[in-house]
Amino acid sequence: MTTTSNVPAYGRFGGFGGRYVPEALIPALEQLEEVWRKAVVDPEFVGELERLHRTYTGRPSLITEVPRFAEHCGGARIILKREDLNHTGSHKINNVLGQALLTKRMGKTRVIAETGAGQHGVATATAAALLGLECVVYMGRKDTERQALNVARMRLLGATVVPVDNGSKTLKDAVNEAFRDWVANVATTHYVLGTVTGPHPFPEMVRDFHRVIGVEARQQVLDLVGRLPDAVLACVGGGSNAIGIFHRFIDDRSVRLIGFEAGGEGVASGKHAARFSAGIPGVLHGAFTYVMQDEDGQTVESHSVSAGLDYPSVGPEHAHLLESGRAEYRPVTDDEAMEAFSLLSRTEGILPAIESAHALAGAIKVGRELGPDAVLLVNLSGRGDKDVHTAAEWFGLIDGEGATRLPDDDGAKGMGVQQ
Amino acid sequence: MSVDSVFEKCRADGRPALIGYLPVGFPSVEGSITAMKVLVDSGVDIVEIGVPYSDPVMDGPVIQDAAVRALAAGVHLTDIFTAAREVSDAGAGALVMTYWNPVLRYGVERFAADLAAAGGAGLITPDLIPDEAGDWIAAADAHDLDKVFLVAPSSTPERLSAVTARCRGFVYATAVMGVTGARASVGEAADALVSRTREHTDLPVCVGLGVSTGDQAAEVGRYADGVIVGSALVRCLTEADSEEQGLEALGALARELADGVRRSRA
Repeated sequence: MTTTSNVPAYGRFGGFGGRYVPEALIPALEQLEEVWRKAVVDPEFVGELERLHRTYTGRPSLITEVPRFAEHCGGARIILKREDLNHTGSHKINNVLGQALLTKRMGKTRVIAETGAGQHGVATATAAALLGLECVVYMGRKDTERQALNVARMRLLGATVVPVDNGSKTLKDAVNEAFRDWVANVATTHYVLGTVTGPHPFPEMVRDFHRVIGVEARQQVLDLVGRLPDAVLACVGGGSNAIGIFHRFIDDRSVRLIGFEAGGEGVASGKHAARFSAGIPGVLHGAFTYVMQDEDGQTVESHSVSAGLDYPSVGPEHAHLLESGRAEYRPVTDDEAMEAFSLLSRTEGILPAIESAHALAGAIKVGRELGPDAVLLVNLSGRGDKDVHTAAEWFGLIDGEGATRLPDDDGAKGMGVQQ
Repeated sequence: MSVDSVFEKCRADGRPALIGYLPVGFPSVEGSITAMKVLVDSGVDIVEIGVPYSDPVMDGPVIQDAAVRALAAGVHLTDIFTAAREVSDAGAGALVMTYWNPVLRYGVERFAADLAAAGGAGLITPDLIPDEAGDWIAAADAHDLDKVFLVAPSSTPERLSAVTARCRGFVYATAVMGVTGARASVGEAADALVSRTREHTDLPVCVGLGVSTGDQAAEVGRYADGVIVGSALVRCLTEADSEEQGLEALGALARELADGVRRSRA
């Protein structure tokens, strides 16, 4: 690849990664890297983060085997890593607590964040409340509408939510706005970037804060089934939950690592966020990685029923895992994800986040490919409470205007309980 | 005209250079080139030809708005070469300002070759730091193009030294910590940054971000080798009721700024 032939390997995963940001931010990135590298070998920092994981987040998170769901997965054993049970309802809190502690160490008093589904924004608002930091969250207008519950949660936690009306009004535009804020306020403000992309050191640092997912899960699976899983599955938006569960398994060459991107209405439709199916390497938001772009290098808007996966780029380490052949990535359509959402809810009593439902849909496919002897570890990265409105609309339980009156269940008919 | 000869001429006149930014493609490719020629006719020494980009993280609302409208109107990257040719033929320096991905997509070496062939002087790269610019530096050197990297009030002495060592043409000093857009006051940070930058380089140091009036241009011109104006010029076009009115307002502001740089050291 000629585009990377002359650049140093610093902050790179293979040829991917780097630091493509305005010069004004370089000192802040250098400070962040220095403070972070010192902190992770400082027993006080490590101890404080572990204490928060244990007493606040609820780590270690459980694993749950789901046999009734597995009946639909070719009989393979399916084990879920329950990041949905973390405080704030997703894996995002792992990274946010780490970065919030670093913010204090840097002597900064304000944090900003971008959010798509709202999970990262909620986690950041939570950590800011816990540690007494001012918090501003940028969120695309379209996402504030489809994730209204999370907007309310952030405001209840004392954060300011700024709807972003530029561009596609989704996650990528929220990131742009967060960068603009950061350039102007970098002296007092830390940008709590929510995924494993952006300029170095974010992809590596955010990965390391999420690595606990795979470290716990690997031992838990060994304890439960006496061997490593055949495959580890996760959804991939920016890719933080996926890299978090993948990373501990990278040296276990027998374990397949499979990421599932948002296939939206199908890759052929053009309305998707399948960067590894339709993107090519380029630069977006500070990193050289796969980007959905046109022939002029303009970013192409992504589409997904899932706000958290609706992003035209992906973490650079995933690009490296793809090109090196260590991981594989496949698209899952909106329809497939929603079917898996419904299936897990009805067979196991667990409402997954729509993002995580993409990994569940992947488990249905991969389980059928590998058959009943296979053991699949699936990262259930978040819970579906925030998605109740979207899912209820999708399945026709409420009308499009969001009216609160529900139609009667089929089973209720003739039983004299209708009004 | 090369950027070097522009600064030579300005030095001989005992004044700073005036550098004006406009995006190609707003209100149309042709209309934007006409506007760039108005800048040249009104006393602008170097035209910064902007490439509209979908994700301009260094830009404030005025330039974002123009970029969105230019892209909607169908501008393409190759239009930059037409603009560079026309600006250069009109007698001004033609520097292209672009975010990095469009160049990467086009091919760095191919872009440098085509820009040089069109009479372009070089590139200003707001999101490409020299540390990541190996391919661009090689291509620019091969095609005799200027490489304008940015320094900021936050830049440490180590960064100032590293960045200025890789610049050719001039050094772009961002006056404030923030995005593009007119500001009531350019601030003291700019003056200090120019002094700090000069400790590391003999290249001209030009100041941008926030300048919108002749008086501000005169003030900045007292200590900088060049005054860069963007959003205030762009707004003349985006807020006009008609193209004619926009060009009139643009010419008037450019003349005011040109007058400002000419009286800055009087």
